[in-house]
Amino acid sequence: MAGEAQSEGGLVFHPLDQFMVKPLFGEGPVQWYTITNVTLWMALGVLAVTAIFVFGSRGRALIPSRAQSVAELGYGFVHDMIEEVTGHDGVKYFPYVMTLFVFILASNMLGLIPGSFTPTSHIAVTAVLGFGVFIAITLLGLINHGLGFLGMFWMKDAPLFLRPIIAVIEIVSYFVRPVSHSIRLAGNVMAGHAVLKVFAAFAPLVLISGFGIIVTPLSILAITAIYALEVLVAIIQAYVFTILTCVYLKDALHPGGH
Amino acid sequence: MSTTTTEVAGAAHDAAKAGMPQLDIATFPNQIFWLLVTLVTIYLILSRVALPRIGGTLANRKGTITADLAAAEELKQKAVAAEAAYNEALTNARSEAAKIIAAAKADIQADLNKAIASADAEIAAKAAESAGRIDEIRAGAMAAVETVAKDTAAELVGALGGTADASAISAAVTARLKG
Repeated sequence: MAGEAQSEGGLVFHPLDQFMVKPLFGEGPVQWYTITNVTLWMALGVLAVTAIFVFGSRGRALIPSRAQSVAELGYGFVHDMIEEVTGHDGVKYFPYVMTLFVFILASNMLGLIPGSFTPTSHIAVTAVLGFGVFIAITLLGLINHGLGFLGMFWMKDAPLFLRPIIAVIEIVSYFVRPVSHSIRLAGNVMAGHAVLKVFAAFAPLVLISGFGIIVTPLSILAITAIYALEVLVAIIQAYVFTILTCVYLKDALHPGGH
Repeated sequence: MSTTTTEVAGAAHDAAKAGMPQLDIATFPNQIFWLLVTLVTIYLILSRVALPRIGGTLANRKGTITADLAAAEELKQKAVAAEAAYNEALTNARSEAAKIIAAAKADIQADLNKAIASADAEIAAKAAESAGRIDEIRAGAMAAVETVAKDTAAELVGALGGTADASAISAAVTARLKG
């Protein structure tokens, strides 16, 4: 591809190539069972999670080692979040929420390794997560509260003539939740990675043209800055996805805010 | 049949290559399949191994800290009680010592008084006895002086050539001594 670029005498702009799903071994179409780069990077995510939470915590020390502190920090972070947002009865869903959080965080952070693949940049992945949360929580609300769950859409404190209008708005916003929930994550991660790649494409300009003397250092500086921002985004988006899951879970456990 | 699906999938793949790979529907089943496998794996690892272990460690630590704090509180109470007991013992010992000192002082005073009194009595007796002896000696001396004066007077009278009877001389000396 580099040779191709040289022959064209210009810069290579393929900012979206990094998102391609490719078979890991050989060529050919991607079947549902094909081992692809998706498989590889999800497996690495599982390894990272295992390393931190299983090997890190194996000491069970009263005074934790560094690795154990990290594992306990992650545990405490999500545990406190779910307890704070949903109350004490939400704690039994802690393993599920924790699974979402560590998967997204591991995927986002591993995706920051140059040349890696980021599963959470794919709408197919985040949509499964977002709609999975949506369906699970809707079912949970209906099972726990029956039709009383629908009372969430009927604001009893609002004036009577406003209630149907508010109900329509509430229902629409309820069904938009999984869409925004999943697109927010994929959009943030994808946009950041694409921007990084665009700046990276400008970096070798010094080899091609005289403008490179100015452009190359600037683009390297920009890559550094955007990378720092992306580290922040990786953590914040994992946090946002998790806390929104907790907020939705609260609706299923206590519809109507009580 | 399989070749056609492959071709169709390949065509979709090629079409997506031009745009966003995220919208390449041909890769969706693959991603969703592996995502589900990953999520189930992470869930099992977390819920079976990691979370109970970490939760246990945290609970254990909390328990230890609570127990340690309680033990520290208990020890502090004990120390306070020990200090109080020590102070009480010290106060008791002080008052006991003061009592003993007072009793000893009283005893000594009584002994002293008794000794002084007996010494006074003895001194008084000795003084009285001495006074008696002095009077006796003085009386003896007076008598001796009279005898010596009478003898001397008789000798003087004899030496001067006179003769006088003893009773006249004795009366004259006695009269002189009185004068």
